[in-house]
Amino acid sequence: MTPIQAPEVEYALIAPLLIVSGGAVLGTLVEAFVSRKHRFGVQAVLAFVTVLAALADSVYVYLHLDRVAGVGRGQISTEGALAVDGPGVVTWAMLSVFALLSLALFAERRLEGGLSAFTGRAADAPGSPGEAEARAARLEHAEVFPLALFALLGMMVFATANDLLTLFVALEVLSLPLYVMCGLARRRRLLSQEAALKYFLLGAFASAFFAYGIALAYGFAGGVRLADIDRAVAAGADNRALLLAAIGLMSVGLLFKIGAVPFHAWTPDVYQGSPTPVTAFMAAGTKAAAVVALMRVLFVAFGGASVDWRPLILAVAVVTMLLGSLVAIAQTDVKRMLGYSSVAHAGFLLVGIAGAFAAAGRVSSVSAVLFYLAVYGVASIGAFAIVMLVRDTHGEANHLARWAGLGQKAPFLAGAFALFLLSFAGIPLTSGFVGKMAVFSAALSGGFWGLVVIAVLASAVAAYFYARVIVLMFFTEPVGDGPDVAVPSPLTTVVIAAAAIVTLGLGLVPGPALEFAQHAGLFVR
Amino acid sequence: MILTFLMLTPMVGALALGVVPRTNERLAKIVAATFSLATLAGALAMLTRYDLGEGGYQLVEKHLWVKSFGVYYALGVDGIGLTLILLTTVLTPIVLLAAWDDLLPDGQRFHGYLAWMLVLEGLAIGVFSAMDAALFYALFEATLIPIFFLIGTYGTGPRTYAAVKFLIYNLVGGLLMLASVIGLYFLSSQSGDASFLISDLTGLEIGADAEKLLFLGFMAAFAIKAPLFPFHTWLPDAAASATPSTAVLMVSVIDKVGTFGMLRWGLGLFPGAAEWATPVVVTLAVISVVYGALLAIGQDDLRRLIAFTSVSHFGFIILGVFAATSTSTAGATFYMFNHGLSTAALFLIAGILIARRGSASIADFGGVQKVAPVLTGLFLIAGLSSLSLPGLAPFVSEFMVMAGTYTRYPVAAVVSVAAIVLAALYILVMFQRTMTGPLREDNANIRDLNPLEMASLAPAIVLMVGLGFFPQPLLNVINPAVDATLSRIGVGDPPPQTPQFPAAVDQEGGHE
Repeated sequence: MTPIQAPEVEYALIAPLLIVSGGAVLGTLVEAFVSRKHRFGVQAVLAFVTVLAALADSVYVYLHLDRVAGVGRGQISTEGALAVDGPGVVTWAMLSVFALLSLALFAERRLEGGLSAFTGRAADAPGSPGEAEARAARLEHAEVFPLALFALLGMMVFATANDLLTLFVALEVLSLPLYVMCGLARRRRLLSQEAALKYFLLGAFASAFFAYGIALAYGFAGGVRLADIDRAVAAGADNRALLLAAIGLMSVGLLFKIGAVPFHAWTPDVYQGSPTPVTAFMAAGTKAAAVVALMRVLFVAFGGASVDWRPLILAVAVVTMLLGSLVAIAQTDVKRMLGYSSVAHAGFLLVGIAGAFAAAGRVSSVSAVLFYLAVYGVASIGAFAIVMLVRDTHGEANHLARWAGLGQKAPFLAGAFALFLLSFAGIPLTSGFVGKMAVFSAALSGGFWGLVVIAVLASAVAAYFYARVIVLMFFTEPVGDGPDVAVPSPLTTVVIAAAAIVTLGLGLVPGPALEFAQHAGLFVR
Repeated sequence: MILTFLMLTPMVGALALGVVPRTNERLAKIVAATFSLATLAGALAMLTRYDLGEGGYQLVEKHLWVKSFGVYYALGVDGIGLTLILLTTVLTPIVLLAAWDDLLPDGQRFHGYLAWMLVLEGLAIGVFSAMDAALFYALFEATLIPIFFLIGTYGTGPRTYAAVKFLIYNLVGGLLMLASVIGLYFLSSQSGDASFLISDLTGLEIGADAEKLLFLGFMAAFAIKAPLFPFHTWLPDAAASATPSTAVLMVSVIDKVGTFGMLRWGLGLFPGAAEWATPVVVTLAVISVVYGALLAIGQDDLRRLIAFTSVSHFGFIILGVFAATSTSTAGATFYMFNHGLSTAALFLIAGILIARRGSASIADFGGVQKVAPVLTGLFLIAGLSSLSLPGLAPFVSEFMVMAGTYTRYPVAAVVSVAAIVLAALYILVMFQRTMTGPLREDNANIRDLNPLEMASLAPAIVLMVGLGFFPQPLLNVINPAVDATLSRIGVGDPPPQTPQFPAAVDQEGGHE
């Protein structure tokens, strides 16, 4: 009888993942053993420390990655389950930063009179006596912190998964906590629960497509590792129908998470219904993890079949940009508007991916998309943080008409929001412009100049609805007393300030960050 | 360093306005005026360091900005850029003084109003001195934001509509230019290290088709900005909703970026494609000249009338640029300066009139000269300058454009002469209806200019008259740069077509 071989795990390399999962597990214990009075604070601090440690360790891991000649840096680890490479670790660090900023919004308690933005007792039906009782007792759910950590873990694994099964597990680990968190809003609970249900049903549906795609890919290649599939594609195995179906079905699952048309239908509803801190976390984190995973699958596993999938991504990019921008014009709710804006940005990201361009010394698709994700994520979190502060007696005042005259009432807040919108619109001297320039140049270098022209025209349409919000805030007289602007705790203030500084800073001095994204290199196989 | 200093001075002024106490508007005005005068002083100091005989770029500063894209923070001026920087720095103090008594909408303060104008001045200086295509693009697009806020927040009438229309029109053009800028990156990175420096880009090998596409992207932005018929429709709306000072900065300074860009970037980088497009552009320019003038005659709103005269004048400038003879191009550059002055004077005086009467409609005026003789006199000078009366500066430039254009495109030059007649119509009819005739009762309490207003207008009037009689100093600055630009493009002047008289043969025979 042969002894069972213990799997070889490079613990030091994947330590950031271990830290996050450890923190999440610890969080569930805290929930069980720490008294209700101290729970929220302990959870918040624990989550902060965990993510901070993960961020620091990601940086450490990045600095010690092996160089791979001609490709970049990093290696396959954990028996081929994870690819700890330059882009992957950069994504870890990026996700940790998004999580830090979002957690600060999770912990904001000054806006609801000393309570968090999450419901006191989720089990109570909206409007029931139980809910009133929970409110009177000033109950709070602190589980959101471990849930967020689990979601973060899923995102981090998602971005570095090197085989399709790990990818699927990571997809579920990142999705399930998010489904729960979407339904936890303190205000407008019906809307929130509806959002959670929609997200869950559609997400489960997309997961099923994804799983079926994995099965077909296994049938095609006889393995689930990305490198196995790459070999099978290169060997020109017959069963091309199987290959195409696998690419198509797996793309459905991934494009769903990215929020690309025609799989975007959940985005506006979920963005609108979720508690705003969760929306911020999702907008930045899920998008980043899913885009990196999509790139990894397409470039590494199906790189040899790029002729087959590039037209697909190109078509999806075009409809996503146009539909996202056009429908956003008609929105009257700021969160829905940002939701459709996120759809449009998914399209711009796909423009960079469609280029599928890689060459030494030039802006590649991977580095361009990483830069774009970073600047878009930070600006999104900043924008949603501001959405949390504009309020009326029923909580957040999300109807855009209520935002009229914000510029006179709170010039700095409105100025910061305008800055984020200008960055989304891609106006020069903001980070969004550099991101757009990077992904467009990747697409052009890949040979798709027509796509670039469509993309710049879509940017002009998108600029129109961002301009409309600026018009409302600055050029329109306030209705009645105008919007109320709540005074936040330093947590939210710091988030908004940090996001604004990054947005302006990376617009004025984008050089180092862009070079860093380039040095991260390409995916290892 | 002096160009960076020049660009940053007004921006620092804008920041300084942020710390002026909110209630002290007077101090805000003084601070803003001080910084704009400091910028003007800086521009004059720059003039002393500038070598007039040289045609190339001077006072160059260059630092790598974004390595991945090969973008340089590179500033430098030639005579063309210098002329426009002078225009910018001269006009900004004038408009800040002219804005002294502006009535702002409720709840708005002078701090923001003046700060945006100073930011705009800084960006304009950067645009005129950028030697890197990506830097130029970034600053060019960034100028949209100050104007957007200046019209939308501080304007009158349908200001929101006008501001959004302005933004979207110009953004569409700008984004098409972005596609071309990225195309340039693609081409330059293919042939080694990417670089956006104008010196590297002019040596770039570009295929004929690619050149045409890239040129069209740049031209889309410039044609909308300038504005060239049929992309001009945003201008009258924007000008009618802006405050007079904003309108001056927009039409006299920022719109010049369009014609300036055509000369430096359009013709400079893509001479082959420019030649290919010239017949179309020249035709559109002639249409602009005539159509703008015709529409100006029909306007009832003073500000829209001035905006349409500008469409006509921009047609002349574009005509001169694309005719690409040394006389026409130098004339076009000189025209950019002169049009800036005469339009500034017209907009500001019209603004004063409108503020005092409470209406912009020509039909609401009559006989103003009886109550406001000085205002009327200056308005007449500004108007005559706009119709290019000999003795005033625009005449020299318009004549140069037409004379230079005639040697290459005689038909275009002849047709555009018609605009001179039309110009006399739109200016003089407007003057007659507003200033002369019996004094209307509701015009009786229009005050004459106060000393501050006279002081703010005086520099523009003095320059128009002075350069009208003695244009040579400015032409000495412009000519070397124009010659250098045209020789880079590689189009020479057409040979003079003097008839061959038999006498000439005799003369030769006499030598034998």
